[in-house]
Amino acid sequence: MSRRSFLFSFSTARCWGVVLKEFLQLKRDRVTFAMVVGIPVMLLILFGYAINMDPKHLKTTMIDADRSEFSRSFIMAMRNSAYFDFVGELDNEAEGEAALARGDVQFVVNIPSDFSRQLARGERPIVLVVADATDPAAASNAIGAVMRLADSVAWKDVSGPLAKLNGTTAPFDVQVHRRYNPEGITQYNIVPGLMGIILTMTMVMLTGLAMTRERERGTMENLLATPVRPLEVLTGKIVPYIFIGIIQASIILVAAIVLFHVPFVGGIVELYGVLLIYVAATLTVGIAISSLASNQLQGVQLTFFFFLPNVLLSGFMFPFYGMPQWAQVIAHALPMTYFNRLVRGIMLKGNGWLDLWPNLWPLMLFTLIMMGIALKFYRRTLD
Amino acid sequence: MSALPESRHRSLEFAIDVRGLNKVFGSRRVVNDLSLQVRTGEIFGFLGPNGSGKTTSIRLMCGLLTPDAGSGTCLGYDIIRESDAIKRNVGYMTQRFSFWEDLSIRENLDFVARVYQMADRKTAVENALIHLGLKERANQLAGALSGGWKQRLALAACMLHRPALLLLDEPTAGVDPAARRDFWEELHRLAAQGISVLVSTHYMDEAERCHKLAYISHGVLLAQGTAQEIVAAQKLFTWAIKSRTVHESDEGLTQLSSALDGKPGVLQTAAFGNALHVTGRDPVLLEKTLREMLVGQPYEMTQTETGLEEVFIHLMRISKSEREAQEAKR
Repeated sequence: MSRRSFLFSFSTARCWGVVLKEFLQLKRDRVTFAMVVGIPVMLLILFGYAINMDPKHLKTTMIDADRSEFSRSFIMAMRNSAYFDFVGELDNEAEGEAALARGDVQFVVNIPSDFSRQLARGERPIVLVVADATDPAAASNAIGAVMRLADSVAWKDVSGPLAKLNGTTAPFDVQVHRRYNPEGITQYNIVPGLMGIILTMTMVMLTGLAMTRERERGTMENLLATPVRPLEVLTGKIVPYIFIGIIQASIILVAAIVLFHVPFVGGIVELYGVLLIYVAATLTVGIAISSLASNQLQGVQLTFFFFLPNVLLSGFMFPFYGMPQWAQVIAHALPMTYFNRLVRGIMLKGNGWLDLWPNLWPLMLFTLIMMGIALKFYRRTLD
Repeated sequence: MSALPESRHRSLEFAIDVRGLNKVFGSRRVVNDLSLQVRTGEIFGFLGPNGSGKTTSIRLMCGLLTPDAGSGTCLGYDIIRESDAIKRNVGYMTQRFSFWEDLSIRENLDFVARVYQMADRKTAVENALIHLGLKERANQLAGALSGGWKQRLALAACMLHRPALLLLDEPTAGVDPAARRDFWEELHRLAAQGISVLVSTHYMDEAERCHKLAYISHGVLLAQGTAQEIVAAQKLFTWAIKSRTVHESDEGLTQLSSALDGKPGVLQTAAFGNALHVTGRDPVLLEKTLREMLVGQPYEMTQTETGLEEVFIHLMRISKSEREAQEAKR
């Protein structure tokens, strides 16, 4: 038979044999089957219901030194725009800056003490709105809304010294300060977040295959016959990848600074400390996956199943606070949510350990839980 | 390789002493009330057809599987509670090559030495390489070795931590006769040093090299003892039928074999080269049948010793018919 006819001759019967064999094997692999159904359902739900490009109800706090009729009306108008949810009230600007740095709130509304007096004198006073612009996409619509407020707030039912303003447009200005990323450069937000994406994908995948490979190649039986203990195997499989993770993160960090000119205002010690914890968290996920999966393909599929919600819900791609409450609850169980906040906090906001702590301990807890799962499902015998 | 086991293990009467072991996978009873004793310093052959439960039994003994019922000791350690101590003192060679093919020979040995926390790791690895004759190829990947070399590497690796007991699961499957003979000579050297060996095999010549044998079929131990004891216990008689003319084609013997099946006194027939071995339990009846069948045929018959193979085939058949009888009763 010539090479040409070898390549191009086609027997339907032979091909059908291959088709049948593939179907049979697919039917046996329950995890693949579950993924075939699970991944589209998950994507539909996340994109259809969770992701919102126009985030509303952003957490806002105020420093109201004026305490006048006006401030109450202004706050009411902001609330009515649906973009702002007011949580608490602060005493001074320093507290406001701290709340923004920790990520407790996205906006601080600052009404100066002699605001209504200036208003009465017609001096066009200024309302200062400080916004966390780390993620430009998340903040821009809300910023637009607050800018328009000044023109649209018409004064009704005002009594006392401001009564003469009834029915007019308030003669004041709203000034917005975009903190951390004043020019609204998307890369400033995306590139640090990318560190989380790349680490999640590679770390989980590499360790996800670590145990299943032993099982598939038959070397697991050998490993089990030696005196080596589960914790020793799991730790031994994690340690090399910690180095790989740190190297990867360093490459992204250098690229972020050199190529994308992402500002780095925080501490390098904090960054590497957080990186270590995050790498450990993702590696334990991988190890847990590989204890659960029975072959390498299942390991890859479970990795993907873990990776998707991390990308979509963590606030990396889409505004975190734009998501409905249930999606935020799920996102709070995902390590990347915390890592995004931590790495952006360090690089863009210059967060110190104290600011980082609220997002750091969940990562540590997550790592411990995953290690527990991995140990629990580690098969000590061949049973 | 100095592989002397600790005196603590040498002074034990039995290296393996298990009673009433049972293991069920799903609805299948893979090991059924298995009891066996392996004396210290003995090479114990474990025989049985494919799927008879040999591998499962070995895994039960070294703590890789937990028995559903039964108890016992391995080197004096309890097989259920002290599997860690067993793992430290037993060398287990898996049926399938289970060392790391993407590690070199030296790296594999080195890993094993570290996992067993050997104090003199480097010397042990060097000695093992020299003993193996793989010193020059130490940096070759294990995956690139031929079957025979893989098997030698696996044996060296599971001997590295100087175990007192070796559990070898079909170590010579797919290995050429010369390599098999070397392997068995090595086993006898080790046994002479006081190391106990439990080895499963399909080869009759290997079975005859063992000090003691056990035959297992469908999870049930059917016979145990020395080769002579097992053969004697079955009380079988065998005749060899050969063609008088040397160039007689085999076709006649094949026809004769099927003609003899089920005849009075005939239990089984088996071709051995250009002879046909006919085995039966009743010597008088068997001889009578054979003489009647061979009248006027160009064959001669001589009584011969019943071999292990005939005994094992016989054991396999009766266990099969017994099981079928039991199933029919249900």
